[in-house]
Amino acid sequence: MNDWPLWEVFIRSQHGLAHRHVGSLHAPDAGMAMNNARDVYTRRNEGTSIWVVRSSEIVASNPGDKDALFDPASSKVYRHPTFYPMPEEVKHI
Amino acid sequence: MLTPSIQFAYLTRFGDTALILSQRLAEMCGKGPALEEDMALANTALDLLGQARLWLTYAGEIEAAGRDEDALAYLRGDREFHNLLLVEQPSSSYAHVLMRQFYFDVWHNLALARLESSTDPRIAEIAAKSRKETAYHLRRSSDLIVRLGDGTAESRARMASAADSLWPYTGEFFTADFVDSTMAEAGMAFDPHALRDDWLRFVRQVFEAATLHMPPLDAWMHKGGKQGLHTEHLSYLLAEMQVLHREHPGAAW
Amino acid sequence: MQTELPQADARTLSAPTEPGAEERAFQTRFETGIAASIKIEPKDWMPDAYRRTLIRQISQHAHSEIVGQLPEANWITRAPSLKRKAILLAKVQDEAGHGLYLYSAAETLGISRDQMVRDLLSGKAKYSSIFNYPTLTWADVGAIGWLVDGAAIINQIPLCRCSYGPYARAMVRICKEESFHQRQGFEIMMVLSSGTPRQKAMAQDALDRWWWPSLMMFGPPDAESANSAQSMRWGIKLFSNDELRQRFVDQTVSQAEYLGLRVPDPDLRWNGERGQYDFGAIDWNEFRNVIKGNGPCNRERMRVRTQAHEDGAWFREALERHAAKLAQRNEGTAAPRAAQGAP
Repeated sequence: MNDWPLWEVFIRSQHGLAHRHVGSLHAPDAGMAMNNARDVYTRRNEGTSIWVVRSSEIVASNPGDKDALFDPASSKVYRHPTFYPMPEEVKHI
Repeated sequence: MLTPSIQFAYLTRFGDTALILSQRLAEMCGKGPALEEDMALANTALDLLGQARLWLTYAGEIEAAGRDEDALAYLRGDREFHNLLLVEQPSSSYAHVLMRQFYFDVWHNLALARLESSTDPRIAEIAAKSRKETAYHLRRSSDLIVRLGDGTAESRARMASAADSLWPYTGEFFTADFVDSTMAEAGMAFDPHALRDDWLRFVRQVFEAATLHMPPLDAWMHKGGKQGLHTEHLSYLLAEMQVLHREHPGAAW
Repeated sequence: MQTELPQADARTLSAPTEPGAEERAFQTRFETGIAASIKIEPKDWMPDAYRRTLIRQISQHAHSEIVGQLPEANWITRAPSLKRKAILLAKVQDEAGHGLYLYSAAETLGISRDQMVRDLLSGKAKYSSIFNYPTLTWADVGAIGWLVDGAAIINQIPLCRCSYGPYARAMVRICKEESFHQRQGFEIMMVLSSGTPRQKAMAQDALDRWWWPSLMMFGPPDAESANSAQSMRWGIKLFSNDELRQRFVDQTVSQAEYLGLRVPDPDLRWNGERGQYDFGAIDWNEFRNVIKGNGPCNRERMRVRTQAHEDGAWFREALERHAAKLAQRNEGTAAPRAAQGAP
């Protein structure tokens, strides 16, 4: 017999932050993936909300495209506040 | 009339039931049918163990004879245990483990819901805390009953057989004795008969979804656990659970 | 995802092959960078040998967690107090979780959990030999937490920085959760060694039996460790076996002294010049023998795991079947609704 499908688990922590990937597990379907995620990944009070996504449904960027996808952003220094030196006497900006 | 010994007897019924079922589940640790299932089973066992400790600690306080949770768990014999017979039944197969859990979870939720309005604030408090845990136990066990009943031909046959063989141990949920009725009259507990219709309705719903037949409602039922008259299994379970503690009288751990 | 990966085999790892451009680039990254700062992710190109070594290492680690549940689980039902029972149950459950995290990490390399489990049960894959020793008394539970988990932590903390992303992330989670494991073990030993004479004797007996197997947990001496050099170059092993073993001895001896227990090594003494302990020779014959399958519990451990796996087959299959039925029914109900079209 083969494994049950693989699921990726995302948990929103206590602090109201975004859901964060915490790991994976196997389950026959979404309902059981949810229960299993609760039993595997929230044993220490970690979460207030769970997302489960079938691993095969995740579309990931290709590492070979890394330069084309991400390098162009590095030259846009003017998007960052540090690009604009402010006189010291100007406050709250 | 309500006496501490009646209260004590009542509290140990809940404490012992949670303890013995937890022990049965703990036996399975590391041997479940899937890793995820192992994790879930251990969570349930831990919840029940925690509940057992709360009930037994309180029972010891009511008794006021200096017995703490460990004295009660480790130094009583099987005739002094007041757990339901269902939970001491062995884990003969995983189908039995799940069916035992399901029958129990349905009753446990109904019972704890009643105890939440107990006039004894301590009982109400333990019940409220426990019910948060058991609500999830029930969600999980009823889900698995449906899935395994309506799974393969083999799984249906296994679940049906477990449903039948454990059924005669469910009658005890609903029979009242002097302890039950005295506690109910004092507003500290509930009338066990009153849970039966809701229990049957829930079980029937789940069995229908699971394509399982309800065992006969007029079936002969075992009784005696609540009064300390057990099946042969309990003494073995206790022998294992208590061996080390009893071997070192008075030692701290 | 790849399927049908060749089985990881230490002997094929060093086989010289003509490196391609990608492989040269991969090696260069590790030669020029700091290994710990390089992260390889599942979809990145990696040499087959790197992949195979990782699969072997991570799955071995996962198997150790799974089999490692058994010696301690042996005492859950007999734990001497309800508090200890709860702690031990939670701890052994954590081991299952750690196995699960690690299997998942290995799965990102293209091997299925099912395949890994089959390799374990067939004896093809190995697990830490320490779990082939029996837990004979309650003190063994304390000694395992203190020594075995202590050794595991020393092994594992550096792996949080290893070069393979999913493995490193699993290790971060594992180390965080494991922080209580060693302490609960040491606490058991503290209570026993300050308890009744029989309890203290029990604690000493456990230390006597677990000390040497714990030292063996770090693996063969550096001189004989076949894959260490390559693994270190790749940043999936950050310290050598002997270094980690020494670290373990140095930190554990004073803990034993605190407990008032004697480390069973007549050659153990402080070496002021080195600033480290010298310790006696490890019986590597015993180590090799246990790995070969001739430890006290090898067969029993595999019997239990095999039985659990076989007994669970109907359960896993039925849930898969039910999920398929549900999916089919949902399709059946979704289709007519769609056919009605938009209002």
